[in-house]
Amino acid sequence: MSLELRELRKRFGEVEAVRGLDLELQSGELMTLLGPSGCGKTTVLRLIAGFEAPDEGRILFHGEDVTGQAPQRRGFGMVFQNYALFPHLSVFENVAFGLKAHGQAAAEIGAQVERTLERVDLPGFGGRRVQELSGGQQQRVALARALAIEPPLLLLDEPLSNLDAALRERTRVELREILKAVGITALYVTHDQEEAFDLADRIAVMEAGRLRQVGTPEDLYDRPVDRFVAGFVGRSNVLSGRLEAGPSGVLSARLAAGPAWPITSEPGRGEPGQAVELVIRPEDLLLVAGGDASAASAVLRGVVRERLFRGASVTYRVEIADGTVLEVEAERDAAASGERVVVRPRPGARVHAFSA
Amino acid sequence: MAGSSASIWGRRHTIGLAVPIMAILAWLVLYPNALVVVDSVREGGRLTLAHYAEFFVTRSELEALWASLWISAASVVLAGAIGVPLALFFHRFDFPGRRVLGALAALPVLLPPLVGVIAFLFLAGESGILTRSVQLLFGLDAPPWRLAGAPAIVFVHAYTMYVYFYLFVLAGLARLDQSMSEASASLGAGRWRTFRAVTLPLLTPSLTAASLLVFMTSMASFSAPYVFGGGFRVLTTQIYASKVSGALSMAMVETVVRASASLVFLWVLRRYAGGRASVVVGKGVSGARHSVRSRPMRLLLAIAGTAAVLALLLPHLTLALISLVPEGAWTTQVLPKRYSFENYAGLLRDPELFAPILNSLRMATVATAANLLFCFLAAYLVVRRRFRGRGLLAVLLILPWALPGTVIAIGLSTTFSVDQPWAGRIVLVGTFWILPLAYFIRNIPLVTQAVISSFRRFDPALEEAAASLGAGWVTTMRRVALPLVLPGLAAGGLLAFVTALGEFVSSILLYTPRSRPISIEILAQLRGFDFGGAAALGVVLVVLMAAVFALGGRFVRQEVGGARP
Repeated sequence: MSLELRELRKRFGEVEAVRGLDLELQSGELMTLLGPSGCGKTTVLRLIAGFEAPDEGRILFHGEDVTGQAPQRRGFGMVFQNYALFPHLSVFENVAFGLKAHGQAAAEIGAQVERTLERVDLPGFGGRRVQELSGGQQQRVALARALAIEPPLLLLDEPLSNLDAALRERTRVELREILKAVGITALYVTHDQEEAFDLADRIAVMEAGRLRQVGTPEDLYDRPVDRFVAGFVGRSNVLSGRLEAGPSGVLSARLAAGPAWPITSEPGRGEPGQAVELVIRPEDLLLVAGGDASAASAVLRGVVRERLFRGASVTYRVEIADGTVLEVEAERDAAASGERVVVRPRPGARVHAFSA
Repeated sequence: MAGSSASIWGRRHTIGLAVPIMAILAWLVLYPNALVVVDSVREGGRLTLAHYAEFFVTRSELEALWASLWISAASVVLAGAIGVPLALFFHRFDFPGRRVLGALAALPVLLPPLVGVIAFLFLAGESGILTRSVQLLFGLDAPPWRLAGAPAIVFVHAYTMYVYFYLFVLAGLARLDQSMSEASASLGAGRWRTFRAVTLPLLTPSLTAASLLVFMTSMASFSAPYVFGGGFRVLTTQIYASKVSGALSMAMVETVVRASASLVFLWVLRRYAGGRASVVVGKGVSGARHSVRSRPMRLLLAIAGTAAVLALLLPHLTLALISLVPEGAWTTQVLPKRYSFENYAGLLRDPELFAPILNSLRMATVATAANLLFCFLAAYLVVRRRFRGRGLLAVLLILPWALPGTVIAIGLSTTFSVDQPWAGRIVLVGTFWILPLAYFIRNIPLVTQAVISSFRRFDPALEEAAASLGAGWVTTMRRVALPLVLPGLAAGGLLAFVTALGEFVSSILLYTPRSRPISIEILAQLRGFDFGGAAALGVVLVVLMAAVFALGGRFVRQEVGGARP
């Protein structure tokens, strides 16, 4: 294992930014630190880089304790959110900066810079000034600069957040290709869940200074461990209810709105009568126009308030009796706006129950 | 969070930098002034407040204090009366020659105080060109006015310091959002009401800053009261008189009172101006100039502009004119009859006359070099590091600005006139080094502020990026920090250099005949009634300053918006 964080704690004045965080990163792995603004993910990155010192805890790299080491000695490459390119130096001089600081020979530097620029698909850009470059090009120069010194670990702090949406999507795929081609271990910080999904081998979800869950994108999507992760990763509907014991002892949930629905995951010490919150993804709900009197007890009745056409799919916003609005993904002609519909889980749907 | 580079380089590194810097400041800024304070309460080995009692009881002392205060206030009003309309005029209207005239209107900023004062002497003094012209024109027996006493001082102050109002208000107007006045107009307000209720209030920060700057400068002013004051004393000339007449204790007391007054106003300045950050609401598009269409109007405006600027530049032109007058060629006529380049030739030929120029250049270079190194490190510490004494450091760096040149000079001459190395005192008075030291200290606030401005624009991530790439502190400073703050550093350095070139106030208390600077030589020439020679030196000084600005301006131009303190 490459990088290990043990019980990391960091406080800024009154605020505890990182509360006892444990994390492991494997060699060659691309991990994303995902979380909302202010959750402490950037702080964790800066602690690893050495720009902040932790109040408690250890940082180990390849088994060696680097907690007290200065950033220059650690040798981790860093790509900053606003690139931090040296404005008074050319592209070549920027990329060569680290190599020069390590005292490499000029000829070697020249070759390495060219190689790295080619890797990020900016061949021959050495002579340009950084102000002349577009946002996407600047981002690649920043990446090249960090890669040129061939660091054992690459840290990236939301490097794509300054790019426009279309460019961001293209760039993140390219970014993953480059990093995988180099075979580097990388930790990437972002608040964008789609970005995390595209880039990462594994994702670590953070909230309020703590790690909530670490796993592959599928793990997080299909088996969220708590309400926060379920809500943060992918769209979701939340319904409140109570656990009920079924005929064979299997628990289901009696919704506050009426029907009882089977659940596919239950909270740790689930007991009948316990208040829970159900999380169901829009694509796991079924919507039928009109009203099916026969299965009345198992469905929710509602009215379609809005029909959002999203190209490949249509999302229906359905208001049910108690005022809650559910998002249901269905076919184009499933219902019209204002129509009465019934909603129930699709066969095989994942219904997560978390303690309320 | 991110903003302090303490973690990157380590706490010990910060201390290692901060301690020497603060020690130097304590030794050169605090210590001399502390000695003065101690001296002012000592009499024959005992501590006493007797001198203070004497000060506050002696009528002439209190009068001098009061004079300093009301003259400064009057200077603010008059300077504002000149500078603000001028700024409005040049901001509002577009006419041929506007740009050139607008730049020329700021020229007095290039005039060292002493040179400005003697230019006035030649222009409007008893035997001045203007005085004599008016006398002749109206067939008067005696000169129509005497340029002496308080009115003269206020007049000269306003004439040279209006530039602060002019530049600050111009900058303030440039930042004003056009949509403000448009909104006002759409609500039915006329031009005058818009100006009174919208523009003027929004200009308050500029006006306040300029007012306080003029006030502080007037309080510290020495040249004008010295030359024009006659028997009329303000606190600065009073200090000088006391020292020269040997009443050293009194001089100390006056110094302390003087410094306290300045510090109080500096505190007011920091509290008021520092807290009221002017927020530009709106997109910040400044109003378009009024393009006047009618040709006669354009002509009229151009003439008005030219006339105004000419009137303001009269002292400079007078100076240039007088410099061409050989010794003794101008006695009672309105204008001198003979002109030649004799004075300039004399400067080049006579080593005694040329020496002051060399001296000033040498001393200014030494002082500025020290400023560049010291203030770069000090600014870096203040902006980029967090440590416990940082507030104190910031105050110490500004302190020399609150202390007038006379006060600093007295402090230095008191401290460095005896050999007590264990007490941090060596003999520097009477050597070459005392004046560069004074210039260095006086320029610390200026250069530091300029570099601080540049450092504030500096993205902290750049230092981190350099560290993450393996660069040590020195390499980072050399390859990243220094190039990026160069515009601010250059601007500060240039101003420091030209200020040191023309410095008078401290020089007159600390100079030695061998190391005398240009300003002292000018004074000597004046005393010997060689007006042409004095003027020629004055012109040389102004030309030197302009040349330095022109050459060094290259480094400054990169700075968008200017980093002038």
